[in-house]
Amino acid sequence: MKTEEIQAQIISEFAAFDDWMDKYNLLIEMGKDTPMIDARFKTNNHLISGCQSKVWLHAEYVDGKVFFTADSDAVITKGIVNLLIRALSGQSPDDILATDLGFLDQIGLKEHLSPTRSNGLLSMVQQMKLYAKVFKLKAGN
Amino acid sequence: MPDVASIRKLFPALHQEVYGKPLIYLDNAATTQKPQQVIDRLVDYYSQENSNIHRGVHHLSQKATLAYESARVFIAGLINANHSHEIIFTRGTTESINLVASSLGNLLMQQGDKVLITAMEHHSNLVPWQQLCIKHRGELLVTRFDETGTTDLNHFKELLTRKPKIVAIAHISNALGTINPIQEMIRLSHEQGIPVLVDGAQSIAHSAIDVQQLDCDFFAFSAHKAYGPMGAGVLYGKTKWLEKMPPYHFGGEMVDKVNFTETTFNILPFKFEAGTPNVEAVLGMETALKFVKEIGYENITAHEDALLRYATQKLMEIEDMKIFGSSPHKAAVISFQIGNIHPFDMGTLLDKMGIAVRTGHHCAQPVMDAFDVPGTVRASFAVYNTFQEIDTFIAAIKKASAMLA
Repeated sequence: MKTEEIQAQIISEFAAFDDWMDKYNLLIEMGKDTPMIDARFKTNNHLISGCQSKVWLHAEYVDGKVFFTADSDAVITKGIVNLLIRALSGQSPDDILATDLGFLDQIGLKEHLSPTRSNGLLSMVQQMKLYAKVFKLKAGN
Repeated sequence: MPDVASIRKLFPALHQEVYGKPLIYLDNAATTQKPQQVIDRLVDYYSQENSNIHRGVHHLSQKATLAYESARVFIAGLINANHSHEIIFTRGTTESINLVASSLGNLLMQQGDKVLITAMEHHSNLVPWQQLCIKHRGELLVTRFDETGTTDLNHFKELLTRKPKIVAIAHISNALGTINPIQEMIRLSHEQGIPVLVDGAQSIAHSAIDVQQLDCDFFAFSAHKAYGPMGAGVLYGKTKWLEKMPPYHFGGEMVDKVNFTETTFNILPFKFEAGTPNVEAVLGMETALKFVKEIGYENITAHEDALLRYATQKLMEIEDMKIFGSSPHKAAVISFQIGNIHPFDMGTLLDKMGIAVRTGHHCAQPVMDAFDVPGTVRASFAVYNTFQEIDTFIAAIKKASAMLA
């Protein structure tokens, strides 16, 4: 599925709930489905900086697509991480670099991406895009 | 007890909803909300009095100068300074401490010299001293605290025998709420002839300060943690030190005579106040501290102590609750963690229920390291908080815990 289609799907999943607590319950549940990072990559090298909670992120490049795995020590963070992975994992570097992840705004989670938040998810998005950029450059050689 | 219902009415920011819920503001150790008279004071200044102080012969400048210097006299009286020139206006506690670390620090420190602090200092009363020690290839001595978060006085005495040049201690820990026995620590330091700076950031809104009774050499605080504006604070210093200390910043206002080869400096307190100060914030600080004085420190302390006891008791009823800091002498700050719930998760859900708490390391990373936690959730109370708010807070914690379990 294209990232735009996945993002639209996520928006509709959240649209079912008006109450913030229900939205966060859904997010917490979604966090449990996060493609788990391999224990050997759960090192300081894979830590995203600037997070109040810890986020480890790893990426692999297979057949022209980028696949992400991750983990976090906070369950809400993990839920948001999983949304990002659902939206971006398995996509081509070009598609990852092109998308603006507008769905986070539409489901009311944009605040987590503002530079004033200390949870580092902005850094996480930047890191995911950086992986895409590096894989694209390497593939071009 | 103060009339909390009437006091609350003075604070416009408390009467709003966040995410559809009435705001419950429990992040007072970070900054307090401001009463209407403080907000009005800032507006009045710019509407009626604005001009640069200490310079003009014109009416407005004299009016502003008089207001600014009256604030100095009032604050000197409030903390019982010997003289109003012992009150230096700064941007806040951090600048006050940096001023002393830089000016007195470089005056007293020689290669290999030491500074003594406690392990519960806020980064702002740690990093300036650490950097000073690094510069002089000296050593930062750190007083331990026990499992309740109480400073180990015997360890403090032991470290004093290593002859530090300066002692710098928090009056109240922002992360644990511990009230340090500063009177005793100052007396012990003076027995060795060592000057003491007290970081009063967390105490100025909560307990009466008498710098002569304490006999501290320096006392630093910020307006914004005591119902005043951001960007203004005070360094109290004993005259004998302030006269010896070289200026910290250079520029206008702090000079006497200037030519291209030399400058003579102005008298106290102006020697330490280079440039145009934050006049409106200083006036707002005066209004805020008058508000505090009017309610009375005894009343504030009594109400906040009652809130602390009530909240502590209710929190302890929650399963897997761990409170960091249970010193017998404690201010209205509660740092906690529930089971393995990450403070960020708890803080995020409480926020969505209208409750403002602080999560993380509270700018005291070594304190978190001592308890081996990445951070805590911290609730801190002010005079306008109520018992009903604590009930709502406790119910919200229970709801969030169930979701996060």
